[in-house]
Amino acid sequence: MPPSIADSFAPILSATAITKRFAGLVAVDGMSLALGRGEMLGLVGPNGAGKTTLFNLLAGSLTPDAGAIHLAGAEVSREGASRRIARGLGRTFQIPRPFPAMSVMDNMLVGAQGQTGERLGAGLFAPLRTRRDERAAREQAAALLAFVSLTHLANEPARVLSGGQRKLLELARLLMADPTVLLLDEPAAGVNPALMDTIAARIADINANGVSVLLIEHNIELIRALCPRVVVMASGRLLAEGPAEAVLAQPDVVAAYLGEAV
Amino acid sequence: MEFVAYATFFGTVALSYALITLGLNVQWGQTGLFNVGVAAFVAVGAYTSAILTTPATEGRIGGFDLPLPVGWLAAAAAAALLANLVAWLTIRLRADYLAITTFGVAVAVQLAVLNLTPLTGGPFGITFIPRPFGAWASDPALFGFANLALVAATVLAVYAVLECLARSPWGRILRAVREDETAAEALGKSPRRLRIQAFTVGGAVMGLAGAVQAHFVGFIAPENFLPTLTFQVWAMLIVGGSGNNRGAILGAVLVWAIWAASGALIGAVVPAELQARAASLQIVMIGLALCAILLWRPGGLLPDRPRRPRAR
Ligand SMILES: Nc1ncnc2c1ncn2[C@@H]1O[C@H](COP(=O)(O)OP(=O)(O)OP(=O)(O)O)[C@@H](O)[C@H]1O
Ligand SMILES: [Mg+2]
Repeated sequence: MPPSIADSFAPILSATAITKRFAGLVAVDGMSLALGRGEMLGLVGPNGAGKTTLFNLLAGSLTPDAGAIHLAGAEVSREGASRRIARGLGRTFQIPRPFPAMSVMDNMLVGAQGQTGERLGAGLFAPLRTRRDERAAREQAAALLAFVSLTHLANEPARVLSGGQRKLLELARLLMADPTVLLLDEPAAGVNPALMDTIAARIADINANGVSVLLIEHNIELIRALCPRVVVMASGRLLAEGPAEAVLAQPDVVAAYLGEAV
Repeated sequence: MEFVAYATFFGTVALSYALITLGLNVQWGQTGLFNVGVAAFVAVGAYTSAILTTPATEGRIGGFDLPLPVGWLAAAAAAALLANLVAWLTIRLRADYLAITTFGVAVAVQLAVLNLTPLTGGPFGITFIPRPFGAWASDPALFGFANLALVAATVLAVYAVLECLARSPWGRILRAVREDETAAEALGKSPRRLRIQAFTVGGAVMGLAGAVQAHFVGFIAPENFLPTLTFQVWAMLIVGGSGNNRGAILGAVLVWAIWAASGALIGAVVPAELQARAASLQIVMIGLALCAILLWRPGGLLPDRPRRPRAR
């Protein structure tokens, strides 16, 4: 059972009237949004609507010019990305950002949180705990790589991956962090149809385990299948919000985003 | 016999440079931090150890006559402290500011040792720095070998520690930050903290190297720590292979060979009255080696390769 809309009044992540300007352009313009605990919320809108910029603000890769962001009850508007993932918020990038010269396995291991060996000198002073953490992380990484069908590439440098494979690595690497809030920027773009179903199923699984998900997708079928509630953005602003079916049938949403074809 | 004596001397000096290059490799090769003030950290190490281990001298503060290992450890600590301070102040700023700052630090340190005469001996420097195995000085061959062995063991130990760091999860996230800072940050790594740590580790190694050189030569003066030193070390790292610890050692030995050979050649063929000026040809020779490497092997002789996870 997906959580009902009424549950979302205690949001785990919220943006209140946030604005981001790039030189003259207002990419996000007084946008507000709330993600309920355990909710799976769809975020759609035309190209250039400001969805990815909103993600960057929510995740801390960008700082808002105005407005506030709350995560799990704390104000985090000016906190950096590395602090926010420590609070459980993880995000994927629309254009995947693998560490190209590092092996696929090493890419995965960077996603692990709280590794003893990541402290300077821990490998020398706490070799046992370092090795224990490392072994656990490798096991988790191997399982996740198997899930996204990248096991055979584990020892290759990430730069050899295809576009779709990079998307898969991006998702799997983030799952290493066991986030409680997931921001997914077009996780299925460029992934083949069979795998897309698997990814959709996996996202649903993750959500069913209590992880709140904010999902950007241009694939409306995927949105309909996964998200009970949808937020529509256009020109940096909130255009519509509500139950998926109702919102996606709204005339202004159809005109601004879906066009006549749907 | 003379050849053996020269070879041990050459090896000792070359390996002391290898230490500095290993330090720069942590900063630049593994982290991408542009340090153009290498000489400053070497100088701080050299003077720290010299002041702590020399016998009391009239007219100079210091001369604490402490044991050599204390001097070396203090040298590493003092240079690490300076590196940590510089990094802490500048790393949050844009990358090029670090370069400018380190250049400024190098000039400041050089001027400081030149003018703090009561502590550093000013332009005359510090002499009678105790040499390791000084008791064996009457047997030059044994003395030379013992010194070479000590420096080689130090290089080996530092190499082992740095390799261990580079292969550890710490080294892995350091590489991640170097390859894509934004992605690393989104995965919870703090680029700023990592950079400060890497810069500090590199600084510590440079300081240790400074102490090693000071004790091997037996005296130091401000002109040992001019920008030429920084240039040599950069050339060593680039020739050997930035990012690769073995490359750093190989590059140091090779570039020092070019430096020493061109120096000897100039000494042999250039008339005495022109030799001071001809000495700058040594820098030209290293510049040529640098160009050749950049043209034919841009990654250096032993380029950095992505490490494969060790088979389990
Ligand atoms: N770093 C930047 N500097 C300048 N302009 C930017 C920057 N990032 C985004 N923009 C602009 O902000 C606007 C919103 O971009 P954004 O990437 O958020 O759109 P989007 O909704 O994710 O679009 P798409 O569906 O195509 O991914 C665009 O006009 C874009 O050109
Ligand atoms: Mg986008």
